[in-house]
Amino acid sequence: MLKTFKMGGVHPAENKLSAGKAIEKLPLPKTVSIPVAQHIGAPATVVVKRGDEVKVGTVIAQSSGFVSTNIHSSVSGKVAKIDDVMDASGYKKKAVVISVEGDEWEQGIDTSDTLIKETHLDAKEINAKILAAGIVGLGGATFPTHVKLSPPPGMTAEVLLINGVECEPYLTSDHRLMLEKTAEIIVGTKLLMKSLGVNKAVIGIENNKPDAITRMKDFTANEPEITVQPLKVKYPQGGEKQLIKAVTGKEVPSGALPIAVGAVVNNVGTAFAVYEAVMKNKPLIERVVTVTGKSVKEPSNLMVRVGTPVTELVEAAGGMPEDTGKVISGGPMMGRALTTLEVPVTKGTSGILLIRNEESKRSEMEPCIRCGKCVNVCPMGLEPFLLMTMSEKKLWERSEDRHVMDCIECGSCSFTCPSNRPLLDYIRLGKGTVGKLIRARKSQN
Amino acid sequence: MNKLLTVSPSPHVKGDESIRKIMYGVVLAMLPAFAMSAMFFGWNSVKVTLIAVAASVFFEYVIQKYIMKVKPTVDDGSAIVTGILLAFNVPVGLPVWLIILGALVAIGVGKMSFGGLGQNPFNPALVGRVFLLISFPVQMTTWAPNKLAADGFSGATPLGLLKEGLKSGKTISEITSQLPSHFDLFWGNMSGSLGEISAVALLLGGLYMLWKKIITWHTPIAVLGTVFIFEGILWLANPERFMDPMFHLFTGGVMLGAIFMATDMVSSPMTHVGQLIFGIGIGIITVLIRNFGAYPEGISFAILIMNAFTPLINAYVKPARFGRIA
Repeated sequence: MLKTFKMGGVHPAENKLSAGKAIEKLPLPKTVSIPVAQHIGAPATVVVKRGDEVKVGTVIAQSSGFVSTNIHSSVSGKVAKIDDVMDASGYKKKAVVISVEGDEWEQGIDTSDTLIKETHLDAKEINAKILAAGIVGLGGATFPTHVKLSPPPGMTAEVLLINGVECEPYLTSDHRLMLEKTAEIIVGTKLLMKSLGVNKAVIGIENNKPDAITRMKDFTANEPEITVQPLKVKYPQGGEKQLIKAVTGKEVPSGALPIAVGAVVNNVGTAFAVYEAVMKNKPLIERVVTVTGKSVKEPSNLMVRVGTPVTELVEAAGGMPEDTGKVISGGPMMGRALTTLEVPVTKGTSGILLIRNEESKRSEMEPCIRCGKCVNVCPMGLEPFLLMTMSEKKLWERSEDRHVMDCIECGSCSFTCPSNRPLLDYIRLGKGTVGKLIRARKSQN
Repeated sequence: MNKLLTVSPSPHVKGDESIRKIMYGVVLAMLPAFAMSAMFFGWNSVKVTLIAVAASVFFEYVIQKYIMKVKPTVDDGSAIVTGILLAFNVPVGLPVWLIILGALVAIGVGKMSFGGLGQNPFNPALVGRVFLLISFPVQMTTWAPNKLAADGFSGATPLGLLKEGLKSGKTISEITSQLPSHFDLFWGNMSGSLGEISAVALLLGGLYMLWKKIITWHTPIAVLGTVFIFEGILWLANPERFMDPMFHLFTGGVMLGAIFMATDMVSSPMTHVGQLIFGIGIGIITVLIRNFGAYPEGISFAILIMNAFTPLINAYVKPARFGRIA
């Protein structure tokens, strides 16, 4: 019996079209636009100006608070301008636009492939290097990693969970990383363990990646502190609360952080980035992005420099198919639909998914037939049909009472509803409004 | 870039559930019982079913288009399901005008007056059926002979015979010889309404719906389990006054009610625990009416009564929350 989370979950078609494609380096673009807000928390403060010469790894924006981090240039060249640029959110955000010249890296960065296993650095030093390198959660949430590795006073970490689940359909970047950078991920895991001060790590991988499970198991055969845990294929197994539940059996209490049950969760990509940052002095300036879709000529996994326009990725995958109706940044369950391909890849871009026209349009909404399927599939034990009605009727206090803030926005409810009701849309509206009310209440007290 | 892209919030993929799939799945599940009724009652059962379905669809279409002034949704299959269930709940000899009247009440009063699909607090087919039973008791309890039954049981259903026998002072042992055997009851060699007679056909339909995830086991097992247990307790206490629990399971539309009527999604609770409570309530009320009430069978009334409790059950029985602070 494979481990899994008990409550809820759905089984969207996996469509892992690019699973067999090795990671390829995408050629350097002519210009990159690097937003200063690629992470949860305060946007970084720009420290360069128009005309400045930069190399790969030059700090172009600095962390502006505790929950913030550094942004580095991903290319060498000249700063063309500092401007508001359209990004995946659909809004214009401040970004540093650099015209690319050559590929010169900052001194001290080790660009070789040699595996470095040992370090004399202690936990604090490792954490400092992670902050300096601008590492954020690469699973998509982009939470500054050095903050996650600094538990609040009174809370201690007992176990590190490495998230190799990749439960979203279509996405395969984590899968390929686990196959191609296995040793590096293990070293990164040990660095994270040292930084946290834990002697136990579990790497969770969904069972639809048997080759990755075998390889990771082989490479951890001599590491008694690290176990590989295969998990049942069920969305959203990759959600950190669901991962913690499946692996440790513990439920993160409503409103609390995973550290409350002694767990810290990091994506495999983050573990790899931590390895590069600590062992190779390489800041976070590139990541693996899956470009995929049923009509895409060459579904691929590309190593892309941050700030590269999405147009370049689509070109490399064979160009935008004729029948494309929607372009998504991320996966099909939680990703964001783009208004244009002229947006930059950021630290949080896990995939670019091109969806066919006929699958892009929503069907007409029908009345709720009270089938209860949304309740059955919700991994947080909520009642999506009820939360939707409360948002419709603007009953915000009751919505808060019915725990709308517990929703992880996984989309299982909307995915399942036989009446095509936009449950998640209304729940998000409820979360936004209730969130504002809570903040207003807090600031009054 | 001159191509227009569709932009909408996540999720961007959809499962293959739909109202149509659910409704037509239920229709498929009812085919075995429909086939058995045709075998036992002949061409008339097909006639009754077709009239009930046609009338239900017609009334829904007309009411939606001309009275509610909304786009008719008869193609979602829910009116067809109501029509078939109404037909299953009446005797095969029911006059045509009463079938049509029943459909009008089921759809018009039981469903459309509350706002249409998803809004009705009561099972529409049962609203129609109970209306007919109370307003036209004679026609609704005139049973045609079962063509294939060994001794051509006619005139009364097994429960009817039981009630009459007990009223006239006979003991169970004396009445049993008049009643069909357990095998006959399971297969359908008895009198009754169109859909209620063959337990095996109904069970097949129930298994199909479970496989297709149209229903879950909670409501049917709660109803059947409760009826079985309480009838069992009564029978053990006084076997001369109460029939054995297997008899009760196979008669009086308990199978039809538990599998097809109580499981109506709109009028039953949303959570599994709520459905268990709902089913247990139906079972208890059915047993009470059957053994201590005036009517020989009580499941129609039991389901309607528990339908009324559904909003209350939904309000108090909430799903277990992830990470609830105990």
